[in-house]
Amino acid sequence: MEQLLQHLVNGLVLGGTYALLGIGLTLIFGLMSVVNFAHGEFYTLGAYAAFAVLALAGWPFFAALAAAIAAGAVLGALCERTLLRPLRGESIDTVMLVMIGLWIAMQNTELLVWGGVARSIPHPFPTEPLTLGPLNIAPLRLFVVGAAAALIAAAWLLIQRTRLGTAMRATFQDRDTAALMGVPIGRIHTITFAFGSALAAAAGALLGPVFLAYPSMGDLASLKAFSVVILGGLGNLAGATLGGLLLGVAEELGAGYVSSGYRDAVGFVAIILVLLFRPAGLFARAERIG
Amino acid sequence: MIGRALVVASALALVTAPAWLASPYHLHVLIMAGVFAILALSLNLLLGYTGQLSLGHAAFFGIGAYTSALLALKLEWSFWLALPSAAVAAGLAGWAIGRLALKLRGAYFVLVTISFAGVISLVSINWMELTNGPLGLPGVPPPELGPWSLRTKTAYYYLVLAAAALAYLVCHRLVYSRIGRALVALRENEPLAESVGIDGTRYLVLAAVVSAALAGVAGSLYAHYTRFVSPEVFLFTYTVTMVIMVIAGGKGTLVGPVIGALLFTALPEALREAMAWQWQMLAYGVVLVVLVFFLPRGIVPAITARAARAAAASRAMRPGAAPR
Repeated sequence: MEQLLQHLVNGLVLGGTYALLGIGLTLIFGLMSVVNFAHGEFYTLGAYAAFAVLALAGWPFFAALAAAIAAGAVLGALCERTLLRPLRGESIDTVMLVMIGLWIAMQNTELLVWGGVARSIPHPFPTEPLTLGPLNIAPLRLFVVGAAAALIAAAWLLIQRTRLGTAMRATFQDRDTAALMGVPIGRIHTITFAFGSALAAAAGALLGPVFLAYPSMGDLASLKAFSVVILGGLGNLAGATLGGLLLGVAEELGAGYVSSGYRDAVGFVAIILVLLFRPAGLFARAERIG
Repeated sequence: MIGRALVVASALALVTAPAWLASPYHLHVLIMAGVFAILALSLNLLLGYTGQLSLGHAAFFGIGAYTSALLALKLEWSFWLALPSAAVAAGLAGWAIGRLALKLRGAYFVLVTISFAGVISLVSINWMELTNGPLGLPGVPPPELGPWSLRTKTAYYYLVLAAAALAYLVCHRLVYSRIGRALVALRENEPLAESVGIDGTRYLVLAAVVSAALAGVAGSLYAHYTRFVSPEVFLFTYTVTMVIMVIAGGKGTLVGPVIGALLFTALPEALREAMAWQWQMLAYGVVLVVLVFFLPRGIVPAITARAARAAAASRAMRPGAAPR
């Protein structure tokens, strides 16, 4: 029982960052119809940005998180303007190939810049775990889950409560009608991609200190993000949040009770099963988004 | 006319390659190009003719390699039985994935194929008793033909050349049959094709099975050539390399993937001196982006289109040609 609770808590910490990754991707995938295979590379970018700021410049942890978010947003906006905007209206497969190219190029740039050795990212939190009754949790992990929750809430408010969010939702529902109503579609696309990439980078900066930073860390992150999007249903923010938590907990339980070697298979199997049996996602009510 | 001469010349060049190639290393590059040509042809059946991108193609390659290696090592089967078994095993996997995933199209199909490859790769790492895990299976025996062992590079080159030619013929027969026309019809307009009575799922699954089986053959050839199989055969890099070969050469043409395979096996080897491999992979990514922007249909269609324009222009220029 205590072990189960511990697994659940660990799963929620992991799931919080999966949710961040998933929300970013579900916006990009849902709103722009871009199958963004480079999503995980923005996660890697965030981890390395945090590494640069913390280990090399010696700035505080919050500055690192902010730097990662800024790096993700700027590079995301740049990629959208140079690679995606000229291809608007092309088939989804063409765009997908470009994103695969971007993925390989970004990953190998990271390999060239930082080398193949995994880097551990320093953090200011005490390593002594906090004990709450039967549960042990490292303060860093507690911070990760709190920061993830805050970022998810911020994303949620942005989408639901601001003019920009309304324009994004309108673009998602019907691009042409939104354009006719005066929504600047091009700018919305740039902002969406930058926003999604920034969330992925934030997830990288948060999970980087928990694990390690290495150039190929984005591959699994991409696949987890896709699992989350598919679990939650395309363009469904609440679905992505729940899907992320669900995936984190399922992985943790799978690793704890079945086999740790197959931890990463949980996401793959989730993709296959959900797409085959419930392609609209686990939480789909009807054909609507928001 | 020129086309036929070109075909004969390149066939001649390929058959006599071991005689005029300077070093065994170059022959090795050609052997790998042959293996990749089979892979590119196989991926092209799906990507080029059905329009469905399989990003899990390394899984079929790996299943072929492991099947062949395990049969040869554990049951001591001859290569000539292991190779077709590898094709059958990969084909069966292709059938299963096709039946399940070809309900889906586009991005979702891609994701299921990636996930399938991910699961298979994890199995190869974790099922220690069968696959020896990350350590891999060393000592896969080279094929034997009667009293001879095809251990030398020259012999293996001819084996791979024959297999690649066979794969090309299989694709040729398939593409120019009713089945091939049905696949293209489905690619171009699925509802219209189904409305004239083409059973979409059946044809797509058939394409997936043939494609997977060919990738399995390539896997078997690879296993008995390098004589070592490890979970690295499932690396995503292999799938990406295949995709680049098909896109660069020209998807939906038969010659394109072969040209792409030759080019993208030889090019990295030629650049090896000048560039570290990280730069090469980086270049692969950039090349893919550049190709999509500037040569979206690939090298072979670009050349044939130019040749056709040139021929039309020379006809128009010929004195006495009737004005139209």
